[in-house]
Amino acid sequence: MSCIEQLKYKLYLERTSFKEAREYIEKNSEEVYYVDPGYKIFKDYYIIGAPPVAMGVRGKEMLFTYVKPCHGTFVMGIDSEEEINRLRENEKGKIKRSLKKGPKERTEPAPSSYDEIWRR
Amino acid sequence: MTECKKALLAMGCPEVPVQTSIAIYLSHKLEAAGYDVTIAGTDAAVKLLKVADPDGYYVKKTADLDQLIADIVEKKVDFDLCFAFMHNDAGMTYGATFSAISRAKLYAVVFGRNAEAMAEEIEYPAEKIIAKAVHNPNPLKNKIDKVIL
Repeated sequence: MSCIEQLKYKLYLERTSFKEAREYIEKNSEEVYYVDPGYKIFKDYYIIGAPPVAMGVRGKEMLFTYVKPCHGTFVMGIDSEEEINRLRENEKGKIKRSLKKGPKERTEPAPSSYDEIWRR
Repeated sequence: MTECKKALLAMGCPEVPVQTSIAIYLSHKLEAAGYDVTIAGTDAAVKLLKVADPDGYYVKKTADLDQLIADIVEKKVDFDLCFAFMHNDAGMTYGATFSAISRAKLYAVVFGRNAEAMAEEIEYPAEKIIAKAVHNPNPLKNKIDKVIL
């Protein structure tokens, strides 16, 4: 059993589908972040989910999905500034990585003149 | 000496009877094909296996499903093949997780009353083994027998 169940949490959706839980988080959060399945929160819980896995921030509360094989998906909320800051930092890291990748993804050289742009 | 290839059977909720039977059958088949097999599941799903095979003749290694996911994410373990059992939305979600975190070739073993409809919703890369099986394991067994190992 994950330590999450010992923390002070609120349940916003119970025994629902993962898709409905994701939509709830997207519609009811002030900030929404997307993480990969396996993203670790609260020391020992690894998020189970079908990408994109949404995580929300609402005030001091982090909203996330919690999946149990026999009970379906739950949307939980736990107050944690530490985890919210980690989510924001994770997002900044993703933006930095995508900016670094940017120029490498270009497959052809940049046009050197307007004529060349027209020819393309 | 070459290392034995590793296979994972990831079970879902054990409420549909064919799952335990097919997990034991598949474990036997994979071991005969030379795989080192680990069967992961909830506490109840693993207990069902162990009671059915008290001497561990077919079920040699078991693991807690969530702990195994943690170990794969932390790169302590991984597999060559993964058979993810699914008959409900949670099972599909666990399958998507294995698809994302593991390098294993994924087989989605979809069963239960709504097997066909559920299988259509699988959007991640996986070879689908689909049978509308609830109590009778043979339709699913026959599909598994067609998978080349």
